[in-house]
Amino acid sequence: MACVLPLAGCSGGVLDPQGAVGVAEVKIFYNSLAIMMTVVVPVIVGTLAFAWWFRASNKRARYRPDWTHSGQVEIVVWFIPLLIILLLSGVIWTGSHALDPATRLKSGVPPVEVQVVSLDWKWLFIYPRDGVASVNLLVVPAGTPVHFTLTSGSVMNTFFVPQLGSMIYTMNGMADNLYLVADRPGTYYGRSTMISGDGFPDMQFAVAALPPARFAAWVAGAHGGATLDAAAYRALSHQGTVPRPIVFGSVAPGMFADVVAQRLPPGPGPRLTSPGTTEPKK
Amino acid sequence: MNLLGKLTWAAIPWDSPLPLFASAAAALAILGTLGWVVARGHFPYLWKEWLTSVDHKRIGVMYTVLALVMLLRGFTDALMMRSHQAIALHSNGYLPPEHYNQVFSSHGTIMIFFVAMPFMIGLMNFVVPLQLGIRDVAFPTLNSVGFWLTATGALLVNISLGVGEFSRTGWLPYPPLSELAYSPGVGVDYYLWALQISGAGTLLSGINLTTTILKTRAPGMSLLRMPMFCWTSLASNLLIVAAFPVLTATLAMLILDRYLGFHFFTNDHGGNMMMFMNLIWAWGHPEVYILILPAFGIFSEVVSTFSSKPLFGYRSMVMATMVICVLAFMVWLHHFFTMGAGGDVNAFFGIMTTIIAVPTGVKVFNWMFTMYGGRVRFDVPMLWAIGFIVTFVIGGMTGVILAIPPIDFLLHNSLFLVAHFHNVIIGGVLFGAFAGYHYWFPKAFGFRLHSGWGKAAFWFWLIGFYVAFMPLYVLGFFGMTRRMQHYDVPDWQPWLIVASVGAGLIAIGIGCLIVQLVTSIRDRKELRDPTGDPWEGRTLEWAVPSPPPVFNFAVLPEVSGEEAYWAMKHAVRGGPEPSYGAIELPRNSPTGVVCAFFATVMGFALIWHIWWMAIAGLFGAWATFIVFAWRDHSEEIMGADEVRHTDLGARGQPA
Repeated sequence: MACVLPLAGCSGGVLDPQGAVGVAEVKIFYNSLAIMMTVVVPVIVGTLAFAWWFRASNKRARYRPDWTHSGQVEIVVWFIPLLIILLLSGVIWTGSHALDPATRLKSGVPPVEVQVVSLDWKWLFIYPRDGVASVNLLVVPAGTPVHFTLTSGSVMNTFFVPQLGSMIYTMNGMADNLYLVADRPGTYYGRSTMISGDGFPDMQFAVAALPPARFAAWVAGAHGGATLDAAAYRALSHQGTVPRPIVFGSVAPGMFADVVAQRLPPGPGPRLTSPGTTEPKK
Repeated sequence: MNLLGKLTWAAIPWDSPLPLFASAAAALAILGTLGWVVARGHFPYLWKEWLTSVDHKRIGVMYTVLALVMLLRGFTDALMMRSHQAIALHSNGYLPPEHYNQVFSSHGTIMIFFVAMPFMIGLMNFVVPLQLGIRDVAFPTLNSVGFWLTATGALLVNISLGVGEFSRTGWLPYPPLSELAYSPGVGVDYYLWALQISGAGTLLSGINLTTTILKTRAPGMSLLRMPMFCWTSLASNLLIVAAFPVLTATLAMLILDRYLGFHFFTNDHGGNMMMFMNLIWAWGHPEVYILILPAFGIFSEVVSTFSSKPLFGYRSMVMATMVICVLAFMVWLHHFFTMGAGGDVNAFFGIMTTIIAVPTGVKVFNWMFTMYGGRVRFDVPMLWAIGFIVTFVIGGMTGVILAIPPIDFLLHNSLFLVAHFHNVIIGGVLFGAFAGYHYWFPKAFGFRLHSGWGKAAFWFWLIGFYVAFMPLYVLGFFGMTRRMQHYDVPDWQPWLIVASVGAGLIAIGIGCLIVQLVTSIRDRKELRDPTGDPWEGRTLEWAVPSPPPVFNFAVLPEVSGEEAYWAMKHAVRGGPEPSYGAIELPRNSPTGVVCAFFATVMGFALIWHIWWMAIAGLFGAWATFIVFAWRDHSEEIMGADEVRHTDLGARGQPA
């Protein structure tokens, strides 16, 4: 929770990954960039060089107005990009499978379960095994894979922690899976990347990766707080932003499943003020 | 029952000075111009020679004018976003969220549908029949209807500035955010009806140009003798014919959801928002090729002309164009790799996407080898072409990066993505449009554009582009998301300030283009091109005088080889006086402009639920069509003497 105030400090980007998923993805990025640079740089240099050398005022350049076709050159210009793409296709095929968000991470420790619900305009995190929940604050144990099950309580959003890796859409009426891990303790910035209405910029949250012992202490400390029941959920699902994180000490059982199955209905959205226009965000 | 539906005085944004003044200024400018035209007695000329014209050249010019005017509107949105984000750290900047969200939505909508599209369609309209050696398009009146329906869409988007609001959901209205439950205002309805009406216009234009290219070429002009621009235009229009019905159907489903309580894409009652994303991108990805392919054609013409050489590897280029045309339909899913489709699906679409880089790469190499062994002249169109190759290669590379699913998981919806598509759309489509604008302007009007101001515009645009968008690539790596009205990460601000400086440089570039146009019109006598061929062109449009007479070719050219235009045009221009014959010309028709008037009434009425007016608008448009269909005289005959007189007059020879 201490991390929320210096949220600004949690601004590391995707090129400074703090978890295995992000590390693997960034590696693929650098590899692909290197593969493509081998052709992009020569093309840029070649274009400028040809244009300059063959300028009309250069008497030393040979004018060959009839050189309009060459079998050898054509074969080369089809095959260079083809080879690059062949190489990249391998990267894509293996990378897409190895880093599919629903793929369980290899680890000696069983994953922590976190259920994620995007609401207008805040994030609800439910810890089903511990029976606690939080809003706009995601606390996870460092070094332990986290299995996120995600849905939306209203419109589409995207769950994204740049320093941990893969983002994924949240959608109402369905759930998807995402495995991430924070390799070491730290505070990371998370947010939605999918426009979800007027409060969208504030759909951000702090991720606190704690040493396992401190994580257990956080869960223990969270117990005793307010209860997240259907009424509390409905209140949360109204449009609005949350100035500071909330922690719930207990959670009505099956709440996540109720959201997915729409037994807890999608958020009500905005009210109309004047005909044709909707009220500004509070 | 309210006679005006949902429309009341409250729809005017009295409390937001920015849109209020902007819309008032725009309305005054339009009324002022109209008033001036009427007062000076120019209206009959405007009506007879332009508004009701079915001449493909006039329609092409009107498309281009529409694009340039809307560019100013779309760019104003861009300036607002860049300056707003430069100051929106820990604060709300100067645009409240409900306004900021409209600004980025209208920016994207306008730039794609009402700048890039009309610019490209305008150039195709003007150039393709001239390059094919024919007198007009296949369906001249349909062409006029297509243009005016596009103008209707642009008008509706601009009306939203002063009456009601525009969509706040981005340039593509993803449900469920765009559904009635989450966007109850008229903003999304403005978007939907503007696009339905202009989309119908685009489809008509696509049918027209496809038919023109496939069925009405000059004698001897086989497909493989067509100039490259005609090939890319064919590919682009085939894509329009195949893809735009998908857009219309998708938006129709969203309209049914919003107006009649259907549940195609809603959260509840079995709606599925994922279906919308698949459908909209089944149109949306071909759309980017609809825009870029004509630009590729323009660059092919420009690079070849200004290198004083035929295009290198013509058949390879044709092949590459058609491969892109087909592949464009097989990659749509890369717009939502982060939906959780699974490894196999993501890998398939990732690979299909990168495969498009192969024909595109071939094109780049062929442009390079066209310059190789040439005599390269650095006139303004060629500067845009070289600037394009360098810039587009970078944009293509970032596109391939985003096509790799595990990397897209990090960069999806980030400013890296924003930088990428501006990199290819500005560096590709817009640079292409400007190259074409400078290249064919002398053909359209008989005088060149001032080259000094043109070069200044090019350099401000080029440098401004890099200063504005390279920082956005960096911000994407910092994890900054698109469409943020404010943010709390101080590290982002310096880059956003640099980007706003870049936007300022582009503004100077646009200023140079305006000054260039004004000074060129003022100095048109000095800039006059009496030859009809100012650039040593290689294709048939340079064989006719500038501006071309209404019938283009007094005598249809005989095409006898792939690069024969080069020799032939000299024969056509300098040869003995041809034997003139009578020519049938399509009659001008107010069908397009009247139809568009009723379509505007209908669209506005549907947006505001004014049902009687919507029915009246629909009936009016239908009646216009009926009147046109029952016309007695569709063509006029221009006698041989008048053809001779006009043709010699256009060539500056005494008749």
